[in-house]
Amino acid sequence: MPISINGADHPLPDDPRVSLLDLLREREGLTGTKLGCNQGACGACTVLLDGERVLSCLTLAVQADGREVRTIEGLEGPDGALHPLQQAFIDHDGFQCGYCTPGQICSAIAMAQELRRGDPSHVTADLASGPNGPTREEIRERMSGNLCRCGAHNGIVEAIEQMLAREAL
Amino acid sequence: MSKLQNALIGGVRTVLGHLPAAWLPGASPDQLADKRVTLGTQQPRIDGPEKVRGTARFAAEVPMDDLLHAAFVHSTIARGTIAELDVTAAEAAPGVALVMTHHNAPRMKVPPTIGLTNLKAAGNHTLPVMQDAEIRWNGQVMAVILAETREQADHAATLVRMSYDAAPSRTRFEEGKAHARTPDSMLMERNRLEKGNPARKLAEAAVSIDATYNTPWLSQNPIEPHAATIAWQGEKLIVHDATQMINATAGSLAKVFGIKEEDVFVSSPFVGGGFGAKGLWDHQILGAAAAKLAGRPVRVRLSRASMHRLVGGRTQTEQRVALGSDANGKLKALLHHGYATKPLHSICDEGFGLTGRSLYACESFDIVQHYVDLDLLANSFMRGPGEAPGTFAIECAMDELAHALKMDPVELRRRNVATCDPVSGAPHSQSDIMAAYDMGAQRIGWGRRAAEPRTRSDGEWLIGMGCASGTFPFIRMPGTSARITLDSGGHAHVASAAHEMGMGTATVQRQHAADRLGLPLDSVSVTIGDSRLPFASFAGGSSQTASLGAAISAASDKLAAQLLRLAGNDTPLAGLKPGEVRFADGGLRKIDDPARYESFASILKRAGREEVSVIGESTAPLEMLKFSMHSTSAIFCEVRVSEVTGEIRVARLVGAFDCGRILNAQTAASQFKGGMIMGLGMALAEETLLDERSGRIMSTSLAEYHVPVHLDVPDIDVMWTDIPDPRTPMGARGIGEIGTTGVAAAVANAIFNATGIRVRDLPITLDKLNLG
Repeated sequence: MPISINGADHPLPDDPRVSLLDLLREREGLTGTKLGCNQGACGACTVLLDGERVLSCLTLAVQADGREVRTIEGLEGPDGALHPLQQAFIDHDGFQCGYCTPGQICSAIAMAQELRRGDPSHVTADLASGPNGPTREEIRERMSGNLCRCGAHNGIVEAIEQMLAREAL
Repeated sequence: MSKLQNALIGGVRTVLGHLPAAWLPGASPDQLADKRVTLGTQQPRIDGPEKVRGTARFAAEVPMDDLLHAAFVHSTIARGTIAELDVTAAEAAPGVALVMTHHNAPRMKVPPTIGLTNLKAAGNHTLPVMQDAEIRWNGQVMAVILAETREQADHAATLVRMSYDAAPSRTRFEEGKAHARTPDSMLMERNRLEKGNPARKLAEAAVSIDATYNTPWLSQNPIEPHAATIAWQGEKLIVHDATQMINATAGSLAKVFGIKEEDVFVSSPFVGGGFGAKGLWDHQILGAAAAKLAGRPVRVRLSRASMHRLVGGRTQTEQRVALGSDANGKLKALLHHGYATKPLHSICDEGFGLTGRSLYACESFDIVQHYVDLDLLANSFMRGPGEAPGTFAIECAMDELAHALKMDPVELRRRNVATCDPVSGAPHSQSDIMAAYDMGAQRIGWGRRAAEPRTRSDGEWLIGMGCASGTFPFIRMPGTSARITLDSGGHAHVASAAHEMGMGTATVQRQHAADRLGLPLDSVSVTIGDSRLPFASFAGGSSQTASLGAAISAASDKLAAQLLRLAGNDTPLAGLKPGEVRFADGGLRKIDDPARYESFASILKRAGREEVSVIGESTAPLEMLKFSMHSTSAIFCEVRVSEVTGEIRVARLVGAFDCGRILNAQTAASQFKGGMIMGLGMALAEETLLDERSGRIMSTSLAEYHVPVHLDVPDIDVMWTDIPDPRTPMGARGIGEIGTTGVAAAVANAIFNATGIRVRDLPITLDKLNLG
């Protein structure tokens, strides 16, 4: 079965050892997904697989067989309008160099869904009843797999809060 | 860095000391220090949409036909020679196009090294690159593999068989100290400073402290790995690089390969973080050499491990600080001695010894630093070089002195703040660190701090507050130039080979050019990031904004003169000199007679010109030698330390900055916060671990080298005095690095206040807190 990448079907690579990251960047020219460490330590390569965040460097392309991949290039609206979170990143200066940014944005979109689902995290006080809303502490813990070296952490958290606040309206 | 340099700079300083300030650059304050329209306001980054869409193209993403991918084989010993190097299996591996070793590498010269006198030099060390069998550090590249895919190259790299004739190596800091050398100068300053009689003053001091502080090897670890996409077109070399030294890389590669400077093109419009690491290292040279041998374009992208083996970081330091004061806290003696690792082949000074001579007035000084020569990778300038480790030692020592005096640490700074350069007596261009202290103290609620350590707690959490000063010198580089092209539609385009690695270079200089030329923001565009544009020096030393600002200012003066010439006599501006007009409302207007005005469009139309283009250049920065020019800051921190586990959480962090005028409130805040977060990492997490037996770096991944993550970063408050510096373009001083300085000391001082335990070794990990 083909892999759906941002709504378009792509054939599986003939070599089963190809990572999803390499499929995107090296074969499909989708360089919006970034390579930071290629070993699952930095989060720069985060994409959405059936809506859940995955590290594409640690995901084989064949694991996406018949599934939907969404990358940073697939977030904007059909008219080219920025996704609300992309705009929020600009509004709150949630980046400097811009290299970790696509991974931060993809990660945050899936994280918001995990929060809505009530998935607990390390800082959730009561695991059974789930998170007590999208507190900064919850956002920070859940985004800690996405490293930023320029130090845009405050702006990233504010941007995510802006998106969550608008969703709640 | 020699006695001759000391004599030359000392001589120039003496002469300039007697010259009237009016004869020097910045003689009269830049009118844009106060008269501003867009400068100082919050403006979003003009490259923001590209970055959030993922369409900003980085060096490893430049498409190129027929591309080969490079992988490196690194040495596994620190010193010796290659005995046997068998590449037959690697050459036979699938997809391999070339294996390059010192046997077949082209002859290459050592690149000219970074220095005060050559703006086209980018080399970080003086060692030959793959020219012989000698091994000089553990991790040096022994072989380059080129293959059709990166995976094939990586696989073939594992097939290279090597054996060594190992030689004795020096890889232990403690042993190296015995043979340390003492350089004559440190950047632009003398290394050794003795003033007054520090030994006697220390002995006589009513209160004194004497302690030794250690800071580890640190690595910049930008999230974008070093990368270059390289092609030869005949004798022309094209390098799509990730660099904060565009023109210097082009100039250096020309020298390495013996080709003309104008035949090297370096493009680097976006850099995914630099922090001092993105200069010219061996990988670009090896990539270009291999591309030449293979006759095909090459992509080099360093693995995280290769980054640690090939790109030097901040060097390890050991610093002794002794302070003596009278009973009122007035400093009588300041001693700052120490060691930093700096191999003989290394270029970059980690000038921590400069920190203690600018912040505080003191009767006597005894300052010197020594270099430990080890068989290690060359070090580099990492964000806030010198002052980042230097402020850790000096500002922890000040806190220790305040504690010994039973005095508020802010008050101790107030009693010793320098009103002119403490060493030379030169006047400050502008300095008001206590204004920053007052702002910061108010914001964090300094009054809540308990003077006695380990008196505040909240359950298992001990709570403490600390403060520290940060400092970084003002630097404006000569030679940086900018072209302004003004078209008949009234649009101005600014171009310069300057750099963007997150600072907001184009965003801020667009604001600058708009205000300078009296144009609305949307009538100005800026292009940077390519060596074919007018020359720019590096993005380093927090110098780029001032240097490029000076270039745009100079270009605007030329533009006014050129427009007046084009306007001729049949104009309301007839007969006026450049000094009599100003840019306003899309044209030129006489300063004291606003009715005399003509628009750019009208001038160009009558002259039959589509556009007019001028280039301006940043002149020799003599003001840096006449005045004492430093940015300063006051950092405040509140920590919570678990009495049970020793876990340290930074609850609040406040930075108040005295850096001249701020040019863009949003990008400036991000620069300050970013620097402070790197300081947080230095305080609590970061350490490049060296196996001192073998000289091999052990922490070569982001799983082992710990940088602050989201949960480690609290809400950070930053603020600024916004007092203009009358000697600088736009009244501004650099802000890129000062954020990192002072933070580690503020955190350490807060931990002392919380726990009563003084940790003098960074990073402060919980195993160093014995809370018993």
